[in-house]
Amino acid sequence: MLSQIFILSSKGDRLVYKDLRGEAAGSSMDLTDTFYRKITALPRDQAPVFMVHEGLHFVHVRHAGLYFVATTGHNISPFTIIEFLNRLVTLIHDYCGALSEKTISLNFALIYEMLDEMLDYGYVQTTAPDVLRNFIQMEPVLSKAFSLLDLGSVGLFGAETQQSKVAPSSATSRPVLPPHGDQGARNEVFLDIVERLTVVIAANGTPMKVDIQGEIRLKSYLPSCPEMRIGLTEEFCVGKSELRGYGTAVRVDECAFHSSVKLDEFESARVLKVNPSQGELPVMQYQLSDDIPSALPFHLFPMLERDPLGRLCVYLKLRCDLAPKSQALNVRVQLPVPKGVISLSQELSSPEQTAELQPSTKAIRWVIPRFQGGSQLSALFKLEIPGLSPASLLEVGPVNMSFELPMHTCSGLQVRFLRITAPSPALPHRWVRYVTHSDSYAICL
Amino acid sequence: MPYWGADEAVAELRRALANRHAQADRLRYRGVLLRVIRCMARGVDVSGLLPEMAKASATADPVQKKLVSLYMCSYAPRQPGLALLAINTLRKDCSDPSPVLRGLALRSLCNLRMPGIQEYIQQPILNGLRDKASYVRRVAVLGAAKMQKLQGDAEVDGVLVNELYSLLRDQDPIVVVNCLRALEEILRREGGVVINKPIAHHLLKRMSDLDQWGQSEVLAFLLRYKPRSEEELFDILSLLDEYLKSSSPSVVMAATKLFLVLAKDFPQVQIDVLIRVKGPLLAACTSESRELCFTALCHVRQILGSLPGHFSSHYKKFFCSYSEPHYIKCQKMQVLCELVNDENVQQVLEELKSYCTDVSAELAQAAIFSIGSIARTYTEQCVRILTELLGLKQEHIISAVVQAFRDLVWLCPQCTEAVCQALPGCEETMQDSEGKQALIWLLGVHGERVANAPYVLEDFVENVKSEMFPAVKMELLTALVRLFLFRPAECQDILGRLLYYCIEEETEMVVRDRGLFYYRLLQAGVEEAKRVLCSPKSEPSLGLLADQTEQPVNNWASEFNTLVPVYGKACWTVVTANWATEPHFRGFPCAPPVTAGTESLILAGNKEVLQVHSDVGGLTLIPRANLTAEEFEKTWLSLDVSCQQVLPWHGAAQPDTIQAALQVVHIQTIALSKAGAQPWKAYLSAQDESGCLFLAELLLEAESSEMQVSVKQSEERTEALQLFISVLRTVMGTILGLKS
Repeated sequence: MLSQIFILSSKGDRLVYKDLRGEAAGSSMDLTDTFYRKITALPRDQAPVFMVHEGLHFVHVRHAGLYFVATTGHNISPFTIIEFLNRLVTLIHDYCGALSEKTISLNFALIYEMLDEMLDYGYVQTTAPDVLRNFIQMEPVLSKAFSLLDLGSVGLFGAETQQSKVAPSSATSRPVLPPHGDQGARNEVFLDIVERLTVVIAANGTPMKVDIQGEIRLKSYLPSCPEMRIGLTEEFCVGKSELRGYGTAVRVDECAFHSSVKLDEFESARVLKVNPSQGELPVMQYQLSDDIPSALPFHLFPMLERDPLGRLCVYLKLRCDLAPKSQALNVRVQLPVPKGVISLSQELSSPEQTAELQPSTKAIRWVIPRFQGGSQLSALFKLEIPGLSPASLLEVGPVNMSFELPMHTCSGLQVRFLRITAPSPALPHRWVRYVTHSDSYAICL
Repeated sequence: MPYWGADEAVAELRRALANRHAQADRLRYRGVLLRVIRCMARGVDVSGLLPEMAKASATADPVQKKLVSLYMCSYAPRQPGLALLAINTLRKDCSDPSPVLRGLALRSLCNLRMPGIQEYIQQPILNGLRDKASYVRRVAVLGAAKMQKLQGDAEVDGVLVNELYSLLRDQDPIVVVNCLRALEEILRREGGVVINKPIAHHLLKRMSDLDQWGQSEVLAFLLRYKPRSEEELFDILSLLDEYLKSSSPSVVMAATKLFLVLAKDFPQVQIDVLIRVKGPLLAACTSESRELCFTALCHVRQILGSLPGHFSSHYKKFFCSYSEPHYIKCQKMQVLCELVNDENVQQVLEELKSYCTDVSAELAQAAIFSIGSIARTYTEQCVRILTELLGLKQEHIISAVVQAFRDLVWLCPQCTEAVCQALPGCEETMQDSEGKQALIWLLGVHGERVANAPYVLEDFVENVKSEMFPAVKMELLTALVRLFLFRPAECQDILGRLLYYCIEEETEMVVRDRGLFYYRLLQAGVEEAKRVLCSPKSEPSLGLLADQTEQPVNNWASEFNTLVPVYGKACWTVVTANWATEPHFRGFPCAPPVTAGTESLILAGNKEVLQVHSDVGGLTLIPRANLTAEEFEKTWLSLDVSCQQVLPWHGAAQPDTIQAALQVVHIQTIALSKAGAQPWKAYLSAQDESGCLFLAELLLEAESSEMQVSVKQSEERTEALQLFISVLRTVMGTILGLKS
């Protein structure tokens, strides 16, 4: 059972605080201050997620810079607490829109009301959005900036528009649950296939580790819940042994479905049936490692040498191996360089790219806003390093990249159809979006 | 707002609340209430508004009701008289036709937590338990637990308990789970809710109706049930099988724990379960939520402690990502160290090597130490990598590598040669004390193999005056004396200078004493010194001790899916050592740790008086008879009171002093209330030489001039009991003497 729950801003300001069992010793301010003091003064070798202070365990998750903290005096399941906090974050996001200090403080009364229904005496009662909807009376307050800016980004479905600066996966940052009396205005369903790619490539170019974490997320704005049928690629198979068809199969190592998904047609036709309630639902999660069907999206050809002036020249050639129609967005290349570096001169192959030396981490950060499939970019960095020794070349690398690939899945998983069976007055808009993103694509030099 | 005078803010809000126009307009009034709550949330004291808020509770608007009840929960205990106004409205609402309003009112009523509220909530709770709306029943069931807590030590109401047991068969799954929770709290003294065969099987049947939170909680309650036969056990396990595949990690882990605990006599079943749970656990380890990832990694390490090869084929899952926070990277590195085997050692080392040049010095050092610990098994490869790293000439890297070398040569003497060749040159960049100590130690012990060892040590001796750390000086002394025994010609002069400095100029007494010791030892003759100092240089057999032996799964099965693996066993013991979280002692939050200051309260003289009494007349209490709070509770419940006594006392108890005083006579304090708590209680334990346990409770009622003592004894021995009580009496008498 939980004793208190509170939300702090990144600066330690208290946004929401609820004492669930009346067990708080001393004033509530002390408790949040204690937590913030502890977390900011924590030695680096200690993990911050679980902390203990005078018999009280503080457990927190961080989202959007905010601390969502639960406390307990009992030795209870850590998985349950973390999962509950994550669930709370998703629900606040569903109700109030994109998380920020401002959203929370504008909607604090709504959040208190949610907490009241979700937890009684420190015990979780329910977190199902369709149940909570019946009890929650307050209406979300939307911050102003949101309605203007985000309407623009709602239209960004991958390649449909050119200005897809915002990751398509986060396009729907407005609240899912509409204010009362405003129903039917948004008759939309989003089905997102989001994959997270983690790659390590050895110095000789062979992939050492390829790991894909995928998720199919359904985000429904529909007030009632008709049955939805999601058809996946027919040649979809799970596990290593089960290979059907010839070559084109989409294979994953393991997958897990949400408990509300009906799987009676999955074996025969790869159809998932689900009755979604309003809000976000993780329909399916899957993982795939090592053996991926398509080529890796990027290849790097590095060259290191010393020029006659004693500078270290790093020549990087980066090739994007996506199909020519696809592109990668927000590509960031991070290259650690020897600590003794004092200056950097650069030659980049096109003007929209930028590169800079980050003094704090001693790394070059090369930013490519847009990278067309099949093309190749290059960069030449000349580094001034006094006392350059052969050993300090060991300090160069590994290169780490982060990027987004809209309309692309590395596993090859596709959605054949998304049908809504129950008769509905107006056919809702259905959107299927794909995105692969990676924040850890490491290449050894 | 926070900087605005709080009084002004409250006055302004009071005006706004009293404004008739605002009262007429629902939305506007709601706005004012919101402002009150906002002030409260920010920590402004708005208790002065209680009368206005109590009035505001009489409304038909549910939002307004919720806002007012939020306020009431926080401030009603401060002004119970005024809060009574709100209670009447709430009691009326408890019979409203709308179930949502009934539930809301009942919940608010039970949350008021003020003295004397019981008489007002008892009837509404009993009605609520029989309400036809499940929403109200859920609230009422937990309300019963809240009421019990408000009553404190009062007798448990048997009728209520029976009613709750019968509600375990309720239609609504949340009511069922809430009943378990409420019974657990109400019956805490008797050891919690009883899960007998019919209840266990009923719960198993209802499992599929529950949501993930209910499932994981019921799985935890089922841990208590002991199946009668093997057949029943396997029936239960097969019923629960599907929960190992749940998409919620908390259900999977709760189910795993239940499997591990129930199948404690079937190691093969346990291993099968751990194999099946591998997938979900790995998925959690690579989850997007870092916190979940961390928790899962801690549990992976727990499993690896018993099954070292369990995750070896999945080693790539534990490679660090660039963007992960430091604490996850550290966990992953430790996992990598533990799962390394012949097949993956090459890749794992390659990966660890790339972390050694990380920007963060801590991370780089952690990676180097990880390679050092793998070196115990794969010596040659690791030493090669570590030697390569020395070429980087980075201060923090060299320091860590040399420390890793020091730990290694002790366990793996075969690498001494390679290490000795790598050492020259390291001293140039060495700055920190840990690294210096390691280097000096290596030069002292293996100096005969390093050509320039005496000259490196000479440099250290030259700079000894500016050396900050006594530990480095001591290490230097030992090393130089050792080296002198092997290479007397080169070292004699340096050693002379160092000994002179240490004895004549050094202000740090430890170093001076050590210097004198070596001086006298050398006076006794070289042979004698050799005999003392030249012990074996390595001890490979220690490696077997250092390597963790595989623990049986049953050692940690009961700790799986708790906070223990998250903190680490050792840390957990420290964390819980000085407080009692055991159910029995709840309400007295925790025993404050004995601070150094309180120790001095007991003067040396008094200490002696106490000391004498601790082994009076044949009763000798043994020191460090540490009883955990859990054991204490179990024993306490199983024994009858052997003796009750009253000791004279006046004023409030000072927990620190009492704890410190009892410590002197080897009576251990298990738990005690904070200073000023009423009634004040303390639980003590002690053990004598024959193994007889004494457990005692001290109880100090408010305003009382007597302290009640109840003592329980594990063996019936009247004489020892009398002696124990006399010791206790002396201690209390001494403390009383101190106070007056």
